[in-house]
Amino acid sequence: MTTGVDGGPGREAGPLNHGIKERSNQDRARSLRAHGLSISVVALVVLGTIFSIFAALGSEFNFIGWFCLALPLGMLALIYARRAEERVVDVDGPAADEQRSRQARRLAVTGITLASIYTFVLLVWSSWSGFVDVANTFFSWENISSSFPLVLEGFKLNIAVFIVAEFCVLIWALVIVVMRQLPGRAAAPLRWLAIIYVDVFRGLPAIVTIYLVVFGLPLTDLPIISDIENVNFVVWGIQIDQLFILGVIALTLVYGAYVAEVYRSGIESVHWSQSAAARGLGLSEGQTLRHVVMPQAVRRVIPPLMNDFIGLQKDTALLNVAGVLEGFNVARIYAGNNFNLSSVMGLGICFLVITIPMTRLTDYLVKRDQNRMQANS
Amino acid sequence: MALVEVRGVVKKFGDTTVLDGIDFDVEEHQVVCLIGASGSGKSTLLRCINGLEATQEGTVTVVGRKVIQDDIKLNRLRRDVGIVFQAYNLFPHMTVLENVMLAPVKVLHLSKSEAKTRARELLARIGMADKADEYPDRLSGGQQQRVAIVRALAMQPKLMLLDEITSALDPELVNEVLLMMIELAEQGMTMVVATHEMGFARDVAHKVCFLHSGRIIEEGHPKKIFTTPTHERTSEFLRRTLESGQM
Ligand SMILES: Nc1ncnc2c1ncn2[C@@H]1O[C@H](COP(=O)(O)OP(=O)(O)O)[C@@H](O)[C@H]1O
Ligand SMILES: [Mg+2]
Repeated sequence: MTTGVDGGPGREAGPLNHGIKERSNQDRARSLRAHGLSISVVALVVLGTIFSIFAALGSEFNFIGWFCLALPLGMLALIYARRAEERVVDVDGPAADEQRSRQARRLAVTGITLASIYTFVLLVWSSWSGFVDVANTFFSWENISSSFPLVLEGFKLNIAVFIVAEFCVLIWALVIVVMRQLPGRAAAPLRWLAIIYVDVFRGLPAIVTIYLVVFGLPLTDLPIISDIENVNFVVWGIQIDQLFILGVIALTLVYGAYVAEVYRSGIESVHWSQSAAARGLGLSEGQTLRHVVMPQAVRRVIPPLMNDFIGLQKDTALLNVAGVLEGFNVARIYAGNNFNLSSVMGLGICFLVITIPMTRLTDYLVKRDQNRMQANS
Repeated sequence: MALVEVRGVVKKFGDTTVLDGIDFDVEEHQVVCLIGASGSGKSTLLRCINGLEATQEGTVTVVGRKVIQDDIKLNRLRRDVGIVFQAYNLFPHMTVLENVMLAPVKVLHLSKSEAKTRARELLARIGMADKADEYPDRLSGGQQQRVAIVRALAMQPKLMLLDEITSALDPELVNEVLLMMIELAEQGMTMVVATHEMGFARDVAHKVCFLHSGRIIEEGHPKKIFTTPTHERTSEFLRRTLESGQM
């Protein structure tokens, strides 16, 4: 049934049990929608007026003031829209509900958007010179374009570190988690070692670990240091040297701890009777882990794992404390020399170009997996 | 010699004694039903029979092999013993066919094609050949349990342990699973069945054991147990089960 907003003849023709209660529900839905609309209008008018006044007085209304006003009003409008949606459910059939809730939502969203745009325009207009400064500081086209080749060159190093470190982290975390899951009393020291490692490196700020590893390790006589001391070669335009390797080690230590925990939670999330079923079939402990527990755990850890990798990708910029000439260091130096942050903005965009598709890909993979394994009606 | 011999088994979880001196035998081709209130130790007993739980005292002998906590020996033993649980049996990341093929390939080292033939044959026998490539989540609970039984049968076990495999099912799905169990019994499969389905126990079992607080306090032919129970607790349990309409 598609009864119109003001109740056409269709309503009277409906079955008897579409009684008074439902009709008053309809009325309420209509009035709620009206509320949503009026809230939006009020928001528009109030905000607009306030800014007009401030603008007219020539005073600069600050950002925080704008935020404090717009946020509660916007939230109120959204809540009203949501209420309207909830109340209209099951009034007269899902199709009509759907349509009405969409209307209500659209109204609220339109109202808020308009109010925001309106106030933003007013804000820009009332403090134009400030906005020009902002634009010049962060988005100077001239600066971005002249610094970009250098920044990009540096950013290639971020990507290289990321890829190598990601690979190392996946393996290293596996070693840790296996160590932690070893059965038997004899393996207790190994289990403890794994636990201590995870606790320590999860607890330390990444930047501290990096600093300690990159500057501290070379001071020691550990065999690994003499091994990598004279490493120096170029792969695909990336210089691999001691600094690069130490950076990878530091990031691997930090993220290995996180990822080991992710693996562990994945393993523990597999219902115990799955291993019981596998052992009951005669599979060995290793086979059970390999064919039953791990495949399920891996699927479940993809989202947290990807999150950690996005974190790792971003934290490659921390290697600047070690003097690695990665993207951020290059951009930072350029910014310092030119008293302008646009080069850093350029680097920020580089990061986003990598990290945003990574998040999208994660979501896609998760969804695809769910669709494949679950019944859809 | 009996296929399963349980002698004086004691099983403790920490300080709580869950099995308190269990003795019982299962002869070849026998169906033995374990009945008793929940928490009486039925599942634990079944799990001790195939070594999923370690015992503190007593011995369990299955198909002439002592059940001891040694991985290699246990894995060998488990080839001969199929077990199906109440729920979560199937591996959700594998298709029905892959579920059934896994153990024959990995444990019996059959070739993939041999295992596939065997699996398809078994699935066809329960009328689920067309579901071979589905994932378990797409099957009804009853179908899932029947596949779980088939998966165990693919190992050609000498003994099946079934732990309340109909308890988690919607009532209308119970029958298809019970029918399959009856069929298995008719084919002469040796089974130990923990169940609340008193009808099944009465009609199919050769022996019924009533468990209470980790002891078998009464056992015998179902006709005797169900009509003239000698123990007060048995008759009380049967009366309560009857009242709740499970007979
Ligand atoms: N892993 C365990 N740890 C501690 N107690 C357990 C464990 N498994 C079972 N129990 C206890 O053992 C008793 C018997 O359980 P169970 O064998 O599952 O009984 P049933 O199958 O007859 O319902 C229960 O009291 C239960 O709480
Ligand atoms: Mg049980």
